[in-house]
Amino acid sequence: MENNKINRSVIVNFLLHLHPHAVNKQALKFSRTFGLGGINALLFVILAFTGILMRFSYVPTPDGAYNSIVSFQNNSLLGTLIRNIHHWSAMLMVVTSFLHLLRVFYSQSIFYRRKKTWYFGLILFVIVLVFNFTGYLLPWDQLSYWAVTIMTNIVEYLPFIGEGFANMIRGGETVNENTLLNFYTFHTALLPLLIVAFMMLHFWLIRKARGVTVANNNEQEMVHVYPELVSREIIAALSLTAFITLFAIFFDAPLLEKANPMVSPNPSKAPWYFMGIQELLIHVHPFIATVVVPLALIIFFVYIPKIKIDTEKVGTWFYSSKGKSIIVLSVVFSAFITLLLIFIFEYWLHLNQFEIPLFISTGIIPLFMFLLPFFGFLFYLKTSKKADKVELVISITTTIFTSYIVMSFVGIWFRGEGMHLIF
Amino acid sequence: MDKKIFRRSFIKKAILAVISLEAGYLISDIFKNKSVKKLNPDLFSAGKSNIFEKNKMYPFNSGKFYLSVFDDGGMLAISIKCTHLGCIVQPDSKGFLCPCHASAFDKRGEVLSPPATRALDIFPITIEKGEVMIDINSPIKRKKGFRKSQLTYV
Repeated sequence: MENNKINRSVIVNFLLHLHPHAVNKQALKFSRTFGLGGINALLFVILAFTGILMRFSYVPTPDGAYNSIVSFQNNSLLGTLIRNIHHWSAMLMVVTSFLHLLRVFYSQSIFYRRKKTWYFGLILFVIVLVFNFTGYLLPWDQLSYWAVTIMTNIVEYLPFIGEGFANMIRGGETVNENTLLNFYTFHTALLPLLIVAFMMLHFWLIRKARGVTVANNNEQEMVHVYPELVSREIIAALSLTAFITLFAIFFDAPLLEKANPMVSPNPSKAPWYFMGIQELLIHVHPFIATVVVPLALIIFFVYIPKIKIDTEKVGTWFYSSKGKSIIVLSVVFSAFITLLLIFIFEYWLHLNQFEIPLFISTGIIPLFMFLLPFFGFLFYLKTSKKADKVELVISITTTIFTSYIVMSFVGIWFRGEGMHLIF
Repeated sequence: MDKKIFRRSFIKKAILAVISLEAGYLISDIFKNKSVKKLNPDLFSAGKSNIFEKNKMYPFNSGKFYLSVFDDGGMLAISIKCTHLGCIVQPDSKGFLCPCHASAFDKRGEVLSPPATRALDIFPITIEKGEVMIDINSPIKRKKGFRKSQLTYV
């Protein structure tokens, strides 16, 4: 009995330490965080449990993988449901991680002491994507085989190291049994360890920053975490679990015919969250799409939280009322210019047909066709709208996100046979 | 001057060392691959050279190439792997068409329409005792497209 008590108190103590003793009353409001961080944590737990169940019967070989999944679905108790839950939770986690990133960015929750939380959050986001991508191959069906082929070939476009790096990922020049084993090891051993480690750091940093940011720093009314916050969390967790279970009952995870390395489906697409990159690669030189743009993004995202903003503004949604209108303008501008360029390159202007080096015709020229109007737009915001530094950063980020989302939409839904535009 | 090693800095350095060793071990693979491959060429026999007719293309799926024979008897072993994103090209009337993203190539493997920017890779052909042998593990990248010198004659 004594032992039991000690054990329990250790576990309870640990769980209670995830939260502070009391939190600001404003932090309880659902629209403060939309519970996105917690949702991601819960999704990770769901994924871990369903993943472990599937791992018992999964065979990581090209001959065995597909059949072991079919047999798991048909012969194990609730096999299909477990796989569906795993699949949809994984897809949802990419979305909720991205929304979480948007939430902390737009509510100015990444500055000062939260700078490192943002950095570890970015690392976690990358881990989630790699996690999802490595899991994508495991069913070894036509969808997964060709998606991974496309994606690793995009990696080959990196200058100098691209081919060696892609061959290292694949364990060969094409996607083969080594690739499957590599991805399996990453997906079920290395990445779980990494994500748990980084999650712990991420949580600890939030705890150190005294929980989530609040909108109004002057209202300091505190409430007890238990039951005020914990009860809300339980409601959110149960609702999410119920939603995913219901969704998984009615919608099956895709499983096409077994992978055939000799027959590429038409069209072949990367996983949906990488379709923005594939769409970009259709229009611009690989060096721009795989090096310049990602590198610029990384530098920009590392730079953002270093800005010294007014401490009063920390936690304020959209920074200011002007911030809101700037975001709306940026979304409209970015969607318009992205769609316009996609149409121009698709129908009127075939840049690769000029007699100049491809890097200039398909690299520099389209880059400036995007950047020049963009700088013009920023100049307009600065002069006419009197936007300050933070508002300009918000505008740039919004433009990047919108542009990526628009390219993803076009790539996922409006590209048919031969990757031509369809309506 | 003797430097003291403290517990914390020691652990930190030890962790860094282990991570760099592990990373170095993995990264060394990137540079290793190519040299190993050249030592043991894997020759694929396409059959006797006299069975191939001029101006025809012969598919060799298991070797992952098409043997293209031209008017003058010159032969080219063209890879079926699209140079854009690695899909498998299909033969059509003009040459090859990639089903994934509609890159088109002519019978010599040169780009007819993008998104591919580079001609299809070729494999070295050698003729031994009248038999056409293809080194399917050493694809040759053609940065400048087709050259007459790439053709192999019996």
